[in-house]
Parts: sequence; structure tokens; C-alpha cells
Amino acid sequence: MTALLKLSDLAVGTSAVVREFPKQGSAFLRLREMGLMPGTALTLIRTAPLGDPLEIKVRGYNLTLRKSEAEHILVEATTKS
Amino acid sequence: MSADNRSPIGSRTPPIYAFVGNPNCGKSTLFNALTGLKQKVGNYPGVTVEKKIGETYSQHGHPIKIIDLPGAYSLAARSPDEAVLRDVLLGRRADTPQPDRIVCIIDASNLERNLYLVHQILDLGRPVILALNMMDLAAKSGLEIRIARLEKELGVPVIPCEAANGKGIVELRLAMSRTDLPLAKHAWKIPAPIAPAVSELAASLQENDGKAPLSARAEALLLLTDQDTVRVTGSKPLHDRTSEIFHNWQKRWAGEGTDWAGSLVSSRYDAITELCSRIVVRKTNLGPSTSDRIDQVVTHPVWGWASLAGIMALLFLSIFTLAEYPMNFIDGRIAALGDWVKTAMAAGALRDLITDGAIAGVGGVLVFLPQILILFFFIGMLESTGYMARAAFIMDRMMSRVGLNGKSFIPLLSSYACAIPGIMATRTIEDHKDRLTTILVAPLMSCSARLPVYLLMIAALVPGDRVPLLTKVGIMILMYALGTFGAFGFAWLFKRTVFKGEPPLMIMELPPYRMPRMRDIAQQMVERAWMFLKNAGTIILAISIVLWFLSAYPKAPDGATPSQQLAQSFAGKAGHALEPVIKPIGFDWQIGIGLIGSFVAREVFVSTMSVVFNAESTDENTAPLRQSMAKAKWPDGRPLFTPLVCLSLMIFYVFAMQCMSTLAVVKRETNSWRWPLFQLAYMTGTAWVVCFIVYQTGRALGF
Repeated sequence: MTALLKLSDLAVGTSAVVREFPKQGSAFLRLREMGLMPGTALTLIRTAPLGDPLEIKVRGYNLTLRKSEAEHILVEATTKS
Repeated sequence: MSADNRSPIGSRTPPIYAFVGNPNCGKSTLFNALTGLKQKVGNYPGVTVEKKIGETYSQHGHPIKIIDLPGAYSLAARSPDEAVLRDVLLGRRADTPQPDRIVCIIDASNLERNLYLVHQILDLGRPVILALNMMDLAAKSGLEIRIARLEKELGVPVIPCEAANGKGIVELRLAMSRTDLPLAKHAWKIPAPIAPAVSELAASLQENDGKAPLSARAEALLLLTDQDTVRVTGSKPLHDRTSEIFHNWQKRWAGEGTDWAGSLVSSRYDAITELCSRIVVRKTNLGPSTSDRIDQVVTHPVWGWASLAGIMALLFLSIFTLAEYPMNFIDGRIAALGDWVKTAMAAGALRDLITDGAIAGVGGVLVFLPQILILFFFIGMLESTGYMARAAFIMDRMMSRVGLNGKSFIPLLSSYACAIPGIMATRTIEDHKDRLTTILVAPLMSCSARLPVYLLMIAALVPGDRVPLLTKVGIMILMYALGTFGAFGFAWLFKRTVFKGEPPLMIMELPPYRMPRMRDIAQQMVERAWMFLKNAGTIILAISIVLWFLSAYPKAPDGATPSQQLAQSFAGKAGHALEPVIKPIGFDWQIGIGLIGSFVAREVFVSTMSVVFNAESTDENTAPLRQSMAKAKWPDGRPLFTPLVCLSLMIFYVFAMQCMSTLAVVKRETNSWRWPLFQLAYMTGTAWVVCFIVYQTGRALGF
């Protein structure tokens, strides 16, 4: 098993699976409702030209979130780009 | 409400369907295809959420009512749009009948997330029809959906559609005509630690809070994902017994470490993932889609900026070049109408009221319509193609510096042309505080109506007939920069004071690019323009008449020149009354009249000045006016329009709120006079303070 890393530290183009996801906070509940939760597979598509927010592909669609949220989500990388 | 007199098809009262779906699922296209122009568009009272009710006919010609509810991702509402959806479906809004049946529209190419809302809707215990839209796109992205299997699994009719190509409309109408719509087989496993709480809460909600038996379970589930009890139960607080049960469970779960909200969401998604594994056949990966390829360019670190700049340049170019022709045409028509009335009617107060008050006032509103329509067109295009979300994505980092998010970018940018469409475009901002902040600062962006004022003042500022281009451009850039920094500065300030709260989120879907649907965009343009005319138009007409009266009365003796008439009118007296206030910033009573007249529209300043200084000039040729202004003096003989005063006046126009059309639109969009009045006060106050500093510093330095 590879070590867990923050979603915000994931390299662009890498796929990963969410392992730890905050339980508190309305932002994280909304992200769950958008389909992002422990066990969900995602790919980091790109960061915006200024570095923030991030664009991820999750459940077949593209979603943005800010680094300030992404750094609380721990993922396990599954592929190297 | 209508909950207990549900009306099957064929009975006298038409059944009411609700159209529900995620944003970008093609819901409006489907709604338009079914109802055509038989739509009533309005607003839900108390909130600025568009209310759309349409009518269509069943297979047998019986009328069917359809409420097109705003797009939402979840019933646990995070925005006014989602709150309206939830409240209408639960029958909480007194102004809207509770729908008898629900059509869920889902984007077949994005099945899992779209099914989340469906999963919540099925809890409501109403007959549901599932419209699987965008089947063509799903096929293109390599997904095959087993419709019959899905129908069997959920127990509701599933209609495959391609609304954009007109496919599936007939089948959907057929399904909507059925009298025997089945209830869904909707058994999903509520996580074991939570299940007893749900039944206990549902029982209490039904018994103590008077919730309908059908929806009590859904309300209990909502309560567990949205902890704001007032939002969940409507306006009433929870019954003591219910909240006691709720708190006991919360305490117990907290002790056990149970994440009840999270696990409820997770178990829904688990059920959805399992369902999808049985109904979706995923073909081989097709590689990057067209949408991905476009995004590689438009969100690229270099090309992204270039395309954003290009699109915005195109927008402004078309506003300033294309809008000119219809604007001149409207100007000409209005003038001709005024002239015709002048020849057709006998001279007198009534004639003047009609020509100089009413017709001129209506003309003042209509003349902006081409610009506003072009902006609505562009905003509609940006929205329906999906580029709007990309612009927000690119600009989010910058907007976050002042505490806003990327969604404020397009509204603020549009305000460089005209704040009215900009303010109307803020409806895409879900967060209430962000939206209000954006509305409040949008008019600080220098709009096109300020241009004639800037040009006149620059010409007056620099002596000689030909202003060096560099000076002209330099001053112009300075004015635009002042307004822009002002807007961002105030946004920063408001987000730290009046609208203090959690930092905004940027959780946003980047929908696949789609071809714009011209019919839908045109329909939306007409709706928005009509809304502007109806709501702002009446206020503007009234104020125009008042302003006309102020400048036309009391009447000067016969033979007086227009400038003598104006000088001794109420407006002239108001200018005099205003003088003590505006003298510290370098303005006299004559400029005061110009400021008052600017409330019709800022560019009216130029024509008011022509009357005040008795100069025959037009918008294109202000030379005579400039010469008269150069001769204008204070009573003590000092020249009035010194370069410092011209600068001060320009700065005043950058900051001051002088546009009643904008105020009327802000009133409409915020549902109260409080915010437009606040805006009037803070903007005009800032204008005065900045001008005071500039003018007094300039005087002290000997200018």
C-alpha cells in the first residue's frame, strides 16, 4: 500500500482513490452529495492557470474544488502519470 | 393545499407535474419543447428565483400543468434555488400548488450523480417519470444504458430522450398522459445505526409536526442531512418532542462516532453504484472527448488567458459597434414621435408632459435595450455552451483575493458595458452574501453611459481642439482603473464587515461543452428584457416625469432662453440648494443641475450642460459646449472648469450612483429598497469623499 497524500498534493493526471474524508463542515457534505467520499475513484485533471482551484474527474464528470478543501482530503494514488 | 385532492388525468382540474433535475441536464429545453410559448414566467415571492409554469396537453387533449423547478443537485438545499425546489415539492410554498407528479430529468451521460437527486425524490412517495436525456451524448461517450432493466429496477416509467434533437418528446407526453402511474419500488438500505432514528423521527414529524404521512420519512432524512431545523421544517421550528428525539440521537451518535449525514449520503451512492453496475454497459474507453480537448486549450496557462481575453474583446466590440445602429434608430424614432406629438397637439403643459417627460423618459430606457439584449445574448451563449463555468474556474483565484468566487467574474465584467444585465446575471451565484456583494459593487465598473461624460471632461481638461491621444487614453485608463479597484476594494470590505461569513466555496461542475440552443437563448433574452422593461421601466418613467417637471416649472416669463428657464426652475433651485454640499469638491450650482439630471442616465449630463450653458452641441460634436464651458466662471470671476474640477467631476462619475435604472433593478433583484438605498448612499458618499480629497489636495498644491 502506498502512503496517503493530500488531494492538493496529487500530481496532475494522476488517478487516486479517496481514503480519508472530513466528517464535519458543510463544504464536505456538499462534496459528498456531489459524489466524492471515501472509496471514490478520481483523477486530477488540472489546476486552474493560477494554481487554484483544482479540477477533478469523479463518477464520469468534472468537478472543481479549492485547494483549501482538497488539502483535507487524503487519497491513495493508483496510477502514476 | 392540493395534497389531498390529487387529480388524475381526465378529471376537471389539470394535473400538476414538476420538472426536476440537476443543472445542465437539459431540463429547460425539454420544458420548452413540451410547452412552447405557453409559459408564465415570474418570480417566487420573497426570493429571486425564477418561477416558470407552462401548459401542455395530454395525448387525449387534456391540459397538463408543468412547473419547471430550478436545477439542483440535492434536496438538502444550499442555495435559494434548491430551497425553492425542496419547498415546492414538499408543498410548503403557499404561492405554488404542490405538484401531483414529478418528472425527473437526468443527463444519461452523467448517470451516477444525476441519480442522487432522483434517489432523494423517490423518497417523497409521489408518482415519478424518469426522462433519460442526452442519450446521444451517453452513446458517444461509450455508455449503453439498459432502459428496460432500469424501469424494472425502479418500477417507474423511464423515457429515453434527446431534447435538443426533439427526440423522446412524444413518448414523454404519452407517459405523462397515463392515469395509472405506478409508485416507485424504492427500497434502499438506510444504514443500520440510523434506521431506527429515521422511523422514530418520521413518526414524530407526522404526529407532532403535522407532516403528511407520505413525506414524513423524506423529511426525517432531510433533517439528518441538513441540520438547520428551520430550513428543514419550513418556517416553523420543530416540535419539542421531535427535536428532543433528534438531539438524543445526535448525542448517541456523537458518542459512538457515527457520521450520520455522511453515511446517509454514502449509502445512497452505494445503492446508486450498485444500480448502475446492473444497467450500464461501459464500452471501451474512447480517449479524450471533444470537451476535454477544448478544455486543454481554454484552461491552458497561456491559451486560457488568450481565449478569455479574446471572447471578452469580442463581447465588448459587438456591444459598442453593433448596438450603435439600433440605438441610433431608437433615438431617431423617439425624436420623431416627440416631433409628431408636437405638431399634432396644441402647445401647452400636457403636450410638454407627453413629449419632454413621458416620451423622453421611455426613450431613455429603450435606448439602452439593444446593449442590454446583446449582453443577455452573450451571457446566454456563455451559459448554454458551458464556457461560463470555465471563466469562473480561471478567474476564481483572483476573485478569492477579495473574498468572492469565480462566479462573480462575468457579472462584474458585463457591468463595464451596463450594470443592469450584470446584476441580473448574478443569479448564477448560489451564495446569498456573495451575490449581494457582487450586486452592490457591480455599478462601480465604469459603464458605457459614463463614456460621453469622460470624453467631454477630458476635452475640457486639456486645452486646445485636439487632445493628444496618449493623454486621452491615459486618463481614460485611470478612470476605468479607479472604478475597478473601487469595486474590488468594496467587495473586500463588504465581505469582511456586512457580509462576514464562511469563505465562499468553489464546488462547481464543469459541464461538457454543448452547442448553444438558439431558441432557448432567444426565449431567455426576451424574458429578461421584458422583466427589465416591466419592472425598471415603470419606475424610470415616473422619475423621468418628475425630473421633467422639476426642470420645466415654475415657468420663466415668455421669451426666456432654455438656459434661463432651467436656471430659475425647481431643478435650478435644487442646484443652488446643492451648491454648499458640492462646493468643497469644486462644483457650482450649474454642475449641480447636471448631477441631478444624470439620474435619468449618466450621459444626460452632456445634454443638460448644453442647456445650462446655452450651447448648441451634439454628442458627436461637443466643441461649442467646450467653448462655453471654458468661459463659465464663478461669481467672483474664477474660471469654473479648471483642470482640477474636470478631474474631480470625472472621479465623481466613477464612484457616484446616478443611475435609477440600476437602482430599480437592484430593488427587484434584492426584493427590498434597503440595498439600493444603501448602494446609493455608499457610492455617492465615496464619490464625495474621494473628490474632496482630490480637489482640496489639488487646491493646496496650487492647481
